[in-house]
Amino acid sequence: MITREPQIFDPPPNVFASAGRGIILACQGTGQALLMLLGAAAQTPHLFSRKNRDDVMRQLYLVGIKSLGVVSVVALFTGMILALQVGLELRRYGQENNIGTLVCVSMLREMGPFMTGLVIAASVGSAIAAQMGTMTVAEEIAALDVMSISPLRYLMMPRLVALAVMMPLLTVYTNLLGIFGGAIVGATQLGISLEAYFDNAFRYAENKDLYVGLFKAFLFGLIIVTVACYQGFTATEGAVGVGRATRRTVIVSFLLILVVGYFVTRMFYQ
Amino acid sequence: MIRFENVTKRFGAKTVLDDVSYEIEKGETFVIVGRSGAGKSVSLRHMIRLLTPDAGRIWVDGECISEAGGAELERILGRFGVLFQSAALLQWLNVEDNVCLPLRQKTNLPEDEIRARAAEKLALVGLEGAEQKMPADISGGMRKRVGLARAIVTRPEIILYDEPTSGLDPVISRQIDLLIDDLRRHLGVTSVVVTHDLYSALHIGTRVAMLHEGKFVVCAPPEEFIASRHPVVRDFLQAQGIAGLQDVRKAFGK
Ligand SMILES: Nc1ncnc2c1ncn2[C@@H]1O[C@H](COP(=O)(O)OP(=O)(O)OP(=O)(O)O)[C@@H](O)[C@H]1O
Ligand SMILES: [Mg+2]
Repeated sequence: MITREPQIFDPPPNVFASAGRGIILACQGTGQALLMLLGAAAQTPHLFSRKNRDDVMRQLYLVGIKSLGVVSVVALFTGMILALQVGLELRRYGQENNIGTLVCVSMLREMGPFMTGLVIAASVGSAIAAQMGTMTVAEEIAALDVMSISPLRYLMMPRLVALAVMMPLLTVYTNLLGIFGGAIVGATQLGISLEAYFDNAFRYAENKDLYVGLFKAFLFGLIIVTVACYQGFTATEGAVGVGRATRRTVIVSFLLILVVGYFVTRMFYQ
Repeated sequence: MIRFENVTKRFGAKTVLDDVSYEIEKGETFVIVGRSGAGKSVSLRHMIRLLTPDAGRIWVDGECISEAGGAELERILGRFGVLFQSAALLQWLNVEDNVCLPLRQKTNLPEDEIRARAAEKLALVGLEGAEQKMPADISGGMRKRVGLARAIVTRPEIILYDEPTSGLDPVISRQIDLLIDDLRRHLGVTSVVVTHDLYSALHIGTRVAMLHEGKFVVCAPPEEFIASRHPVVRDFLQAQGIAGLQDVRKAFGK
């Protein structure tokens, strides 16, 4: 059962007690969220079962296809901004023909998964939190629990699969568009031919750059779905609670994406 | 069938259930009445483990649901059908899919069998023709009836109704009351009904219980309940203009 008893505390006597309680609750929450992730991951073998495949397909579609528009714009402009900023600087040293490598490597390693993660956290993550939160406060999750339809299997697993699959795919797409955006700026603003740009771009980029980026994207997908479902399933107090769950989802996923992104980079490039 | 054993439940400083003990017999329609906020929904939620008591135990047919876990809990819950106060339909599924949901997710019945059963239950609650509507597009009373169809589609032995007729027009209300009564008479279903409507309580109930300040102050068959001298019960009866059982029978056209 996902439905939890309401926790009611006496007001804390002083600021230390209140800080301590905050820390304990945060640790508890982290543990519960991780257990939810494991619980949903344990359900992934049911991916293609008659009971779940429709929901999995719908989530794949919602996450993958419905996000393409905003991801495209963000990707294109990320590449363009990168190329323009760095290109203008490099031009002072006569190095602007290396802009291809710069854009390509930073897209693959860092900016691709990072920007995709932020866009998906803000769009898909908040939507999941709002939907799960609304269901929780409307007793729909409790109803599922009582019917012994596990919310982890029925609701979270399809979303987990969708994000784990689509985040890396969307990141590949972001990378391509970003590099392409850089090429446009290179050609129109910096006077670098497309041929020279792409030649330079792929000469120094390694496969490792791509894989590390995709691994990050996969992790970001897990982070987003876990935070969103946890916040949704633990929402309380009606519409206010749903708003709070949504806000926290965006904030916590942003922070985790930043921090985890940094440590993954450190792990692979030292 | 369902036994509360010295159950106490507090929310913060507020004691909602105060050392409550009672037993609901098999095949009974047990009606809980009481003021708003008396703890009726809280009582129901204890029976299906959405809440656990601070002290005491709850037994379902000799199994302790308040302490069961895993497969045992799932098996006990499988005997229940529940109509929530808010109906609790899934908003992205249409009426038919909502009713089919428990069968699709928890059984391996063939699809046409599932749809046939759903259609049968939807007809029972008077909703044939509304299969394709979305929950957001139907009235509160209709949603409640869809919730009722979903609760009975798995053919449960025990059905819990949280205010099955509030928000329904009087004609449909009486229809639902008759349906609850039918389920008991013909299928031997055990029902627990929470309601504000004393007419329906006294008509369908085999026992009626008044929950007040954490206790069941009166818990008796309808004739005795009406005769009770307890002031809270008298207030309730008076407020709804019931002097004797004949008033109730008249309301049901008998
Ligand atoms: N999750 C909760 N957290 C804190 N208090 C709660 C919670 N659920 C119920 N209560 C308290 O328990 C009391 C009983 O609530 P309950 O929902 O059982 O009332 P009710 O008898 O069903 O009323 P109504 O007829 O309005 O549905 C209320 O005073 C409420 O404040
Ligand atoms: Mg209630």
